[in-house]
Amino acid sequence: MEAVVFIFSLLDCCALIFLSVYFIITLSDLECDYINARSCCSKLNKWVIPEMIGHSVVSVLMLVSLHWFIFLLNLPVATWNIYRFIMVPSGNMGVFDPTEIHNRGQLKSHMKEAMIKLGFHLLCFFMYLYSMILALIND
Amino acid sequence: MSQPGPPGSGAAPAGLQAQNGAAAASGAPYSNGPVHSAMMSSQVAVHQGYNSQLPGSYPHLIPAKTLNPVSGQSHYGGSQGLEQTLHRPPVAANVVAPSLRSGPVPQMPAPASQSPAATPRPSDDFLPGVSPLPPVNWQHSYPSMGSQMSHYPPPASQLPLSGNTNVSTNHQYVSSGDPSLQNSYVKSGSALPLRTPPLPTTFQPGAPPGPPPVGGPPLVRALVPQKASLRTAPQPSFSSAVNQEATPQLATKNPQMSRSVGYAYPSLPPGYQNTTPPSSSTGMPPSSLNYPSGPQAFSQTPLGANHLTASMSGLSLHPEGLRIVNLLQERKMLPSTPLQPPVPNLHEDIQKLNCNPELFRCTLTNIPQTQALLNKAKLPLGLLLHPFKDLVQLPVVTSSTIVRCRSCRTYINPFVSFLDQRRWKCNLCYRVNDVPEEFMYNPLTRVYGEPHRRPEVQNATIEFMAPSEYMLRPPQPPVYLFVFDVSHNAVETGYLNSVCQSLLDNLDLLPGNTRTKIGFITFDSTIHFYSLQEGLSQPQMLIISDIDDVFIPMPENLLVNLHESKELVQGLLKTLPQMFTTSLETQSALGPALQAAFKLMSPTGGRMTVFQTQLPTLGVGALKPREEPNHRSSAKEIHLTPSTDFYKKLALDCSGQQVAVDLFLLSGQYSDLASLGCISRYSAGSVYYYPSYHHQHNPVQVQKLHKELQRYLTRKIGFEAVMRIRCTKGLSIHTFHGNFFVRSTDLLSLPNVNPDAGYAVQMSVEESLTDTQLVSFQSALLYTSSKGERRIRVHTLCLPVVSTLNEVFLGADVQAISGLLANMAVDRSVTASLSDARDALVNAVVDSLSAYRSSVLSNQQPGLMVPFSLRLFPLFVLALLKQKSFQTGTNVRLDERIFAMCQVKNQPLVYLMLTTHPSLYRVDNLSDEGALNINDRTIPQPPILQLSVENLSRDGAFLMDAGSVLMLWVGKNCAQNFLSQVLGVQNYASIPQIRTDLPELDTPESARTIAFISWLREQRPFFPVLYVIRDESPMKANFLQNMVEDRTESALSYYEFLLHIQQQVNK
Repeated sequence: MEAVVFIFSLLDCCALIFLSVYFIITLSDLECDYINARSCCSKLNKWVIPEMIGHSVVSVLMLVSLHWFIFLLNLPVATWNIYRFIMVPSGNMGVFDPTEIHNRGQLKSHMKEAMIKLGFHLLCFFMYLYSMILALIND
Repeated sequence: MSQPGPPGSGAAPAGLQAQNGAAAASGAPYSNGPVHSAMMSSQVAVHQGYNSQLPGSYPHLIPAKTLNPVSGQSHYGGSQGLEQTLHRPPVAANVVAPSLRSGPVPQMPAPASQSPAATPRPSDDFLPGVSPLPPVNWQHSYPSMGSQMSHYPPPASQLPLSGNTNVSTNHQYVSSGDPSLQNSYVKSGSALPLRTPPLPTTFQPGAPPGPPPVGGPPLVRALVPQKASLRTAPQPSFSSAVNQEATPQLATKNPQMSRSVGYAYPSLPPGYQNTTPPSSSTGMPPSSLNYPSGPQAFSQTPLGANHLTASMSGLSLHPEGLRIVNLLQERKMLPSTPLQPPVPNLHEDIQKLNCNPELFRCTLTNIPQTQALLNKAKLPLGLLLHPFKDLVQLPVVTSSTIVRCRSCRTYINPFVSFLDQRRWKCNLCYRVNDVPEEFMYNPLTRVYGEPHRRPEVQNATIEFMAPSEYMLRPPQPPVYLFVFDVSHNAVETGYLNSVCQSLLDNLDLLPGNTRTKIGFITFDSTIHFYSLQEGLSQPQMLIISDIDDVFIPMPENLLVNLHESKELVQGLLKTLPQMFTTSLETQSALGPALQAAFKLMSPTGGRMTVFQTQLPTLGVGALKPREEPNHRSSAKEIHLTPSTDFYKKLALDCSGQQVAVDLFLLSGQYSDLASLGCISRYSAGSVYYYPSYHHQHNPVQVQKLHKELQRYLTRKIGFEAVMRIRCTKGLSIHTFHGNFFVRSTDLLSLPNVNPDAGYAVQMSVEESLTDTQLVSFQSALLYTSSKGERRIRVHTLCLPVVSTLNEVFLGADVQAISGLLANMAVDRSVTASLSDARDALVNAVVDSLSAYRSSVLSNQQPGLMVPFSLRLFPLFVLALLKQKSFQTGTNVRLDERIFAMCQVKNQPLVYLMLTTHPSLYRVDNLSDEGALNINDRTIPQPPILQLSVENLSRDGAFLMDAGSVLMLWVGKNCAQNFLSQVLGVQNYASIPQIRTDLPELDTPESARTIAFISWLREQRPFFPVLYVIRDESPMKANFLQNMVEDRTESALSYYEFLLHIQQQVNK
């Protein structure tokens, strides 16, 4: 059972890693002027909710399967994702707003955020991998 | 001139070229060459008087850059420009002749002969023989120019010129600053061996006459210390001579002088010379960099940035600009003439080519070298632009290849350096580029091999006719679509009548050509289209009631060619106001109507003008009232953010299809401008707001709408525009303010651009600028004119880099800083809250003044010490806090507040400052003393008073100029004389409550008042309405509200504010 939990987490984590990389690539495309702000933001906004759900599911799963440490590790990031989504002003077109993204260094902070998440997910990936192997062996 | 002569080339180095440039410039196609010259003589004199400038030098500037407002002609047309260009007499000669005065040379027909004169010449030129030439000769020379001359009536010219610094001279270029600049150096051919011989002597003879010798271009440029009349030891004789000459001119009045003095930095002690740097590695030639030793005649140094420090050492000696002011002791800091922007501390040859500060302005005219230094100064670094301002004169270049840097795509500009005849170095990215073959030929002078004298290199503001590479599609025709709200509420206000009437009156004046298209849509709960197909006897109305899925019936007949269907259009405009008088439909389906209009226009792009009178209630984009009247006064919990993203999305769609939406909101009720405004904000439109508009009950708004609509319909317009702002490597732009959509990092998408829109950007220093002395900024606006031409308007600004905090403070431009802070505060109130924004404004003052106190002032004196450049900073910030956008405590309607914020973001700096801190004049005792003379008109120049009730008196009349409105407040005991001679009334009681005009009476008092008011109006493109206010008038509250130095129930007085700041600063 434990193994199944971690295998699922591992897959989910892989998806999140890919998503982070996709965010980084898209944002840097915008930075280099390969795409315009409008298409960049609509591409990214599409994935904000899947990312939020994907991450929340893992966190909840960890809570349910009583892996406290991993749950607490995931909690801040999951909270941030949800907070960010909820706090979007009513007039904005999503977390990434094409009219704002070039202002006040938002592009850079989005980029930084995506980088940090990538690092975090990589860390989680190895933790899940280790836990999964451990679980498989114990079985 | 940034480009130093090629070392190898025979041409004189920088000094030379500069001159040449000047020459070219003057000669420039820019039509008025000749005219100017005529005026110049007079002007020169003026300047001399004040600035001790050399006469000769003057011409450069003026011809090329000055715009003469009076002339009224717009030489704008490309063709014209061209023609003129061709006509120019070959001036080529100057190449060698680096003379100082070369400026004039261009104008002279003769110059060609000189060209051969190589470096050596200069000395000769100086000879008395030349200089003595009487002014007359000068003028004669002009005639040769032929056609060009004719353009301006001389008298007119005088005025504007004199005003160099003046506000009035809107059109003038920065060059104004130049006058001073020019003098200074001998920069002439000096580059070469020529180091100029003893100039001083030379000048004496020559100088007085002012005018440059016709035949020979004078080589020398005088060095007068610019404004530093104070010290100039070296050329005493010179200046005196000048002064004499000047005297007559005084009448022309140039308020400026004193001002300019203030800004000038002290010059160096004699002994410095300005050598022309061989092409310097940095790309910046002359300025401060080189002061080689050698026998130099001139003492006054150009103010290189570096010099400042030296000069700073003895602060006490310094002229105004370096003074430290204790604001608590000196209360009368507001100058009595309009505040002038500081002149960048650049070598005059560069400065005279610099962009006009009205078009392009930086908050810090001395750019800090590193971000750390900038952070220390706590002042915002940013640019304020007014790129599409109406210019009376603008050089237009038609050329099949537009020379640009190959790596950063910067347009060639006056601040690039020419390494040799064939290569130039970009001043933004420092790449070395080739000069294309075609660029070697100068159409102005018809000389080959002088790329550095092409107009592109002689003008910081220039317009290119873009070849087909600059088009993604064939230039679009002008398309105008009008969308009218015709619900019951709209019909009640009666706006349709006046709008349709204005449209009818201005139908022929709409900018456009034979391709112009026009269309109309009206809406209430349904959408009505009007088929104006040719051949119909009357317009056909099509009603679409399915607002959930809007489609366009017969799209081809809804937008029609204005010329072909003019009668139908006129017929429609005549009947439209009557068509809905019986309508009882109260719903408003604005969202679907906008969608329909967007669909209709998307194939072409163009301008959509929307009139709305209430909150949209139907279909997509319906809004709910959010204002809670009881909470108006508190700064918290007010809805400044849009409630839906519908309008933003639609605006971005519009932007993508090159459609701009201009919104006219005429509403008595809350209409959620915060949401509606997005439609204009992101599609680069503009917002107009007329609260409580009613055709009978509110005549003031009716007149305002009428005047603004007239301007709106007839002003220039650019379609499918994009603007890019580039800056020197090391600087980067991180935030943009204004109405547009930032499509990619530095590309602003402007479906329409209009001459009344201003923009601002904030910058940061990304990499240290230690290895460069100058930085440049370039804005390039690519647009399709209403005639279907693709054009690029390029402005380039060049500023020095400094390394000490004190210099950063010295170069602060307080108006630009306040303007940028206002923009930032609007953002802050939207993203955070209004009270946050207010705190941020106050903190901006406190932080920068504390930084000044702790880092620059060595001895801690009591009081509130501020650098002279920032002496008005607290006042302007206080004025901002009391502005509608940011004020608290009063009952400002939410829509009005948001409209004020839109205005902050979209107005050019000049008008923003006027609305924030209006000018107050006393007008009941106007006299001709110090008056301006323009075209035989005498325009009195009353001093500007501080905005405090203590300056008002019951027995006077005061005029407040708040940009878009003029308010004339008449005191209760106002002299009978004024009442009867100016207002044409018997007594105070017979002044009507609402009055918006002054009678033209046949009395000198009336003539003066009217002359002054119309002069104020002439200086701006729109028509400010004049309100005559007496004690009981409803407008009185508005008038008093602008008294920003006084205490109000919820805001501090100026003095209290200063005390507050002092407390914070001294903490």
